[in-house]
Amino acid sequence: MIANDAALIEFVYHEARLIDEKRFDEWYDLYADDGRYWMPLAHGQPEGRAHTSLFDEDKLLLKIRIERLRNPKSYSQAQPSWCQHILQAPKVESRDPELNVAWLRTPFMYLEYQQDQQEVYAGVAWHRLRCSGAGIAIALKKIELLNCDAALPSLQLFP
Amino acid sequence: MAAPPGGYRQDGAAIRALVRGDAVHRDVYTDPGLFDLEMERLWYSAWVYIGHDSQVPNAGDFYTVNVARQPLLMVRGTDGNLRVLFNRCAHKGAKVVSANAGNCGKLLRCSYHGWTYTLDGALRTMPVKSGYAGTRFAESEAAHGMTAVLNVAVHRGFVFARLSRSGLGFHEYFGESLSSIDNLADRSPLGRLEVAGAPLRYLHNSNWKMFVENLNDTMHPMVAHESSAGTARDLWAGRPPDEPKPMVIEQFLPFVSNYEFFDKMGVKVYDHGHSYTGVNFSIHSSYSPIPEYAEQMQQAYGAERARAILGESRHNTVYYPSLTVKGAIQTIRVVRPIAVDKTLIESFTLRLAGAPPALLERSAMYNRLINAPTSVVGHDDLYCYRAVQEGLASNGNEWVSLHRNHSDREQGEAAGTHNGTSEVSMRGQFRAWLAAMTACGTAGTDPK
Repeated sequence: MIANDAALIEFVYHEARLIDEKRFDEWYDLYADDGRYWMPLAHGQPEGRAHTSLFDEDKLLLKIRIERLRNPKSYSQAQPSWCQHILQAPKVESRDPELNVAWLRTPFMYLEYQQDQQEVYAGVAWHRLRCSGAGIAIALKKIELLNCDAALPSLQLFP
Repeated sequence: MAAPPGGYRQDGAAIRALVRGDAVHRDVYTDPGLFDLEMERLWYSAWVYIGHDSQVPNAGDFYTVNVARQPLLMVRGTDGNLRVLFNRCAHKGAKVVSANAGNCGKLLRCSYHGWTYTLDGALRTMPVKSGYAGTRFAESEAAHGMTAVLNVAVHRGFVFARLSRSGLGFHEYFGESLSSIDNLADRSPLGRLEVAGAPLRYLHNSNWKMFVENLNDTMHPMVAHESSAGTARDLWAGRPPDEPKPMVIEQFLPFVSNYEFFDKMGVKVYDHGHSYTGVNFSIHSSYSPIPEYAEQMQQAYGAERARAILGESRHNTVYYPSLTVKGAIQTIRVVRPIAVDKTLIESFTLRLAGAPPALLERSAMYNRLINAPTSVVGHDDLYCYRAVQEGLASNGNEWVSLHRNHSDREQGEAAGTHNGTSEVSMRGQFRAWLAAMTACGTAGTDPK
């Protein structure tokens, strides 16, 4: 049984808020065990792992990133980064009742700030959300960054 | 010690004073005038990496780059030959091609006044040619069309160019260091490489030399990468030793190997600034085997030769100053200096032609984990480079120490194999730097 539109949309807002508030353990728990956080490197990059990506994280890699942010020896975070998502209203694009999944599209702006430097990114986030008795889980978050192929500075948190 | 009042341009002695055998003055990383001279002298006279021939497989395919502040165009001719042209219309100077890559057909055509060129750069025609009748056009620079770079060499698909008219020949410049590119290409059962997709493009707010030096700096991983690789190690701790490691763990863990590991790895130094770490083994030595690939290699080369090719496990090879190669994992990083404190690093993933897809997936993962602007290992490194860039402003000490395992005999005979944690590769880079920066007649004003 797929959750209703309002619940799915609220879930996407909630996910962004957890990142911005650095509630990373709660954020991590939103992902299904086989969940994937993917940011392609090229416009129109096909599925699969033959092309490299900016992010292509399973839960183990997400865990490494989250724990690293807390590691006192993470010097690149000695002066911590902060981020802010600004989301356009998410839209439920499609539903697959057999698999209990829904596909949502959310145009966004993402700002990341560290020590007097603020970077601005924009793009479209796609959420593949899986519903079960345990609630809603992220099967895939695909982030299509507008300038995915640009020369980028360090991007240290999670668009 | 301060920069000469008129800058370094007219003062060879002042440049020579920046490089001691075992230390360098901070100006080499921070002085904008020296950066200008590096572009004109070092980068103009070096054999610099342009691109890979697999990026332009067909006639009319082009790939544009900017090297030593020169807009350049690598293009495959209708004769099948590959050329490098200065990307500038002979008429009013517009870049003839501004896309990063593409196919221009049989002619290059300027977007401004429609002058056209054959793919060797020769001027073919322009609209209403009669307007030039009776003028001195035929004797002018414009009549020559787009200027070609005369010194271009292709080695196993790697395209290099030397912009200056005179200088060392390609093989004289790289010598035996080309064995790293050979080993990389030999890892394909067909002996051929292909660039696999778009490069990761990471903008560094630091001087280009910090990146190049760091590639053979084996005293930093266990410190700088304790945060990333160390976190991975800690998360994996307590698993049974025979539990198969996920690829990400396999790729991260060796970064926090101990000092003894990196010292015994060994570093090999060549003339003209080139070097590689991982003479005996490296952080890539213990990856899980891919049996299907091993069989392919044996069939292609025979058991003994296949073992020799795959037995090499070089860490990073520096092709000074513009390219670093990681044969064992099939990624390359291209160094594009932009300003004294701004450097673009482009990391390409390579496909071993004929090899199973698992090889490419492993390379793609490594490149993303280590070389991306989103890479935690990259964040560790760039944080350190930036700390150096800012710290060097300090007047408390104007010198950067490169003393580790230095010997006074090194000046004449550095080429050879050294212990892996020696700073000998960096000293070799600065010898090459100094030679190029103080050579006579290397000013890059005359591409002819």
